[in-house]
This record gives sequence, structure tokens and C-alpha cells, in this order.
Amino acid sequence: MNGNAELRRRAHAIRRTVIEMCRGRGQGYAGQGLGLADLMAVLYFSELGEDDHFVLSTGHSSIAVFAALHERGDYELEELVTYGMDGSRIEESPLEGTPGFEITGGSLGQGLSQAVGLALGERLRGGGSRVYCLVSDGELQEGQVWEACMAAAHHRLDNLVLLVDNNRMQADGAVAEILEVEPVPERLTAFGFAARRIDANTLADVVDAFAWARGQRGRPTALVCDNIPGKGVPSFEERQRVHYVRAPDQDWAAALVELDETEVAW
Amino acid sequence: MSALAVQELVEAPFARALTALGRAREDVVVLSADLSKYTDVLPFADEFPDRFFQVGMAEANMMGIAGGLAKAGYLPIAVTYGVFATRRAYDQVAMALATGPSRAIVVAFLPGITTPFRATHQAIDDVALMRALPGMTVIDPADATEVDAALGFAVSEPGPVYIRGLRGRVARLFDPVGFRLEPRELQSGGTVGVVATGLATGWALEAAAAIDGGASVLHVPVLKPFPAAQVAAFCSRFDRVVSVENHSISGGLGSAVAETLAEGGMAVRLRRLGVPDQWAPAGSLDYIRHELGLDADGIAEALR
Ligand SMILES: Cc1ncc(C[n+]2csc(CCOP(=O)(O)OP(=O)(O)O)c2C)c(N)n1
Ligand SMILES: [Mg+2]
Repeated sequence: MNGNAELRRRAHAIRRTVIEMCRGRGQGYAGQGLGLADLMAVLYFSELGEDDHFVLSTGHSSIAVFAALHERGDYELEELVTYGMDGSRIEESPLEGTPGFEITGGSLGQGLSQAVGLALGERLRGGGSRVYCLVSDGELQEGQVWEACMAAAHHRLDNLVLLVDNNRMQADGAVAEILEVEPVPERLTAFGFAARRIDANTLADVVDAFAWARGQRGRPTALVCDNIPGKGVPSFEERQRVHYVRAPDQDWAAALVELDETEVAW
Repeated sequence: MSALAVQELVEAPFARALTALGRAREDVVVLSADLSKYTDVLPFADEFPDRFFQVGMAEANMMGIAGGLAKAGYLPIAVTYGVFATRRAYDQVAMALATGPSRAIVVAFLPGITTPFRATHQAIDDVALMRALPGMTVIDPADATEVDAALGFAVSEPGPVYIRGLRGRVARLFDPVGFRLEPRELQSGGTVGVVATGLATGWALEAAAAIDGGASVLHVPVLKPFPAAQVAAFCSRFDRVVSVENHSISGGLGSAVAETLAEGGMAVRLRRLGVPDQWAPAGSLDYIRHELGLDADGIAEALR
């Protein structure tokens, strides 16, 4: 665990930023930001190389990416707290061209196709760049995702890593009740991926999984990232499976306190 | 005639109309693609669980399933956001729902710039796309009364219908008693004629109230079939006409007015207001309207 002290600090800082961002307007995709914080910490502070690509298909989870980019020094907190405000660059679902966002995600289900295109292009160029693409469990219900999976496997894109935000919620409720997508690893395996389920709220698991993905040859890899929306803020974890959070300022202030308490207790 | 005022705010008028329709017609089935909470469909789903189909976030599949239900003898109402009903599932709407004789109703929420997200959620081209489909009826309601009336109108149409939905609390402008979904001149006077539809009718009225001498405002809720005769008669009274819509200026109301004027050989100067040929910004409706010159001041400026 000690080797992960640095990543743990990053994940904690990302969570704080997520809360600060939502606090600005009292609303936002807090559950996703908190649930994805550990994955983002590993991705941005251990995994992604200079020439690698990160493709965010799940546009509304931009909050997690913005918070990681802040950690990296790309955005000031001052600007991030304008999240979702009129005239702000910090959009709840940003478009291509916003620094740090390579594609327009958010019209869900499209990102993996562009990731396949990037992976094909990078392989053609021969520079060894890798492509990471985050899609959500809800997005797996869009047919295009599976068209992209077929293409990735057919073209043996071992420079492509599919990350599934498997938080088991979507807009209308629990994924299992709306339209079941499990068993995700088995389905992806059947489509030709080297796929593995991980606990994406355990840093060591995430680190191991990325190392494993690097070792795969001749197939695209997929990490099915089980995570808990709101992770790290117990009162938010209890609100469980809330796609979008609106709360009064005192709740966000309390969330920051809870966050620091859970970090100490860890 | 004097300007209309908001009579009241109606909570979820579409939900009410849909459940009432569900009670009246047993062949009505409703489909949602993971947006039932966000499109005022839940009351129908609660009351008629057997006639509600949650298909997950899969709009193309939803339109196909709706097509199958139509062939099985039901009247499907497929509900999602405008961008996904059109851009995402255009071919499916065209082939499964619009080649007839079976048919369905599509209700599409977040019309135009009524969403804080940018290009991904702003349906600025949906009317253009739907208007281009043979036989498709297209309705852009302006208020709670028209949301309700649109559904009744759609049911009585022989072919497929696309309705732009308004969710949550919706203003009521029109008296529902004896209401008919048809073009109406809401205000007369001035030297400029305004043709408006959907929420933009309210915007046009605000602007007309802000200019000296006022303006005449024709509200057109059904964009296809387009009431060309009434629009032409209205426009013939003015040298200058301005169209206002919550949509791109290409392919929607402004284009339909232009077609009408040109085909009628009418010498009327037309100015089209709406989303210009650019992606609208993100933000609140007031902010976006201001940025695009669609707030009362911006429209008034164009009317002067
Ligand atoms: C193509 C498309 N259809 C519908 C939506 C509306 N929508 C936004 S988020 C969402 C839920 C998607 O599931 P997921 O990403 O798993 O939700 P989360 O876990 O973030 O709550 C839906 C249906 C969309 N953005 N894109
Ligand atoms: Mg999810």
C-alpha cells in the first residue's frame, strides 16, 4: 500500500476538487466524480504517457477528468469552481477543443469508435502510443459500442484499453433494473477482448490491472471498473446511485469534512 | 388584440396528457430509453406498467421496437430527447415508423437551446430533419395547452408525428377550453409581421411589447403540414416579416416561411431569427438567448 501513498494523495485531492466544483452551483455529477477518482489518479499519475490518448466517451463524467487535470496543473481551482456556469469553459459535458478533451463525448455510446480510430491511426504511425477510452455501463446499451468492440478485436488493437465505468447506475435507476448489461467481462471476452473485472476504488487493483493490460498482445483489453458512486463521502454513498446531485451548500461543506475523515480512517 | 400573458404554470403537462390518453385508449404504449424520469413519463409508467417499455439507453433500438409494436396493432409513443430521437435514430424513425401504413408518435424533449449542455443535447436541427421525412407531421408547442393538444392532434393524424416536448413546469398561454391546434394571430398592429413557433412565440411577444407601435405576431404550432395559405395571407400585409424559432434558421420555421413566400411569388423581405449557423453556447436559457440575440432586446432590435 505504501507504494501507493502518492496515488492515494492524488485520489483524495481529486475528490476534494470534485466537491469544490459542485459546490459552486450546488449541483453536478458528484457521484461519478467521486467514484472515478481512484481510476483517474492512477490513469493521470502513473499510466498515461506523454503521447498516449485518453478518450472520454461518458461526457458527463468530465468532472473527474477536470479534477485530475487540475491536479496535473492544467486548470486552476478558481476556474474549476465555475463548473456548469454561464460562460464557463468548465462544462458539465465538454466538447472537443476544451483542453484535455480529445473528442466530443456525451452523446453517449460514440466514444469507443473514435478511440478505435485513434488506435488504428497510432498503430499506423508506429509510435507506440496507447489509447484509453472510458465508457459507462449505461453506454454499453448503445449498439455502436459493440460495433466498435467488434472492430477493435478484428483489428487486434492491443494499443487500446477500454475502461468501463461499471457503477451500476444510469439516469432512470439501477442498470440491472433498466436493462442489464452484465456479465460485462464475459460479454467483452466473447467479443474478442482480454477483459477483467477490477475494484476501481482500490488503487492497488487498478495499478495491477493496468500492468496486466500492458502485457496483453494481439487483442484489445478491457478493465471493467466496478466502483461506488460517491465513494469517499459516506453520506453521498448512502444517497447511492444518484445520477445527478443537487444539494444545499452545507451538504457540500459537510462532504469535504467527511472526505478528510474517511481519508484519515483508511 | 393585446398580448398574451402567462396564465399559470402547469406541472408536467405532458405527463397529464399521456396518462389521460392511456386511460382513453388501450392501444397506446409508451417507450423510454433511460429517460423516463426526465421526460415526464413516469406517471404513465406507474399507472400502466404493462404498457410501458423501458428499453435502456438505446434510441435506435427503441424506434425499431416501436415499429414492431405498431405492426402488432398498438399505437407506440417513443419518448426521448430531440437530439437522440433524430440524429441518433433518424434512419430507424424513417424506416420503422414513417414508411407506413403502420405509424407511431415520437415525443422529443429539450427542444433547441432549452438545455445547459451544448451540441450534444441541443436539438437545433430536429425540425429540419423531421420535416424532410415524407408524411411526417411536426409540432412545436408553445405552452402547456399546446403540449396537451399536440398529443390529441397526433393521435387523430393518419401518419407518423413528431412532437417537441416541454417538461417540468410549463407556462400556460392559451385557454384550454375549446382549444384547437392551429395558426393564430396573437397580436395585431405595427408595420412588421412576426411568424413564430414553439417557445419562441413567447420570446417574440416579449420583443413585440418592447418596440414602439408593436408588431403583429402569428403563432404557428404545426410546422408540417405547413399552413402555407394562412402564413401567406398574414405575410401579405407587411413589407417586412421576421421568423423566430427555437431551432436553427436552416430547415425549420424560417425556411418554411421562405419557401411559402418564394413559391407564392410574394415580394416580402424575410429575416430569419433562431440559432444561426453555429453551435450554440452552453449555459442557462437566458444566457444562451442573450448570446444568440434571441432575448427580448435582440429580437426587438431585429423587429425595428
Ligand atoms: C445517446 C444518449 N442517450 C441518452 C442520453 C441521456 N443520458 C445522459 S446520462 C444517461 C445515463 C447513462 O448511463 P451512465 O452513463 O451509466 O450513467 P451514470 O452512471 O453516470 O449515472 C443518459 C440516458 C445521452 N446523454 N446520450
Ligand atoms: Mg453508470
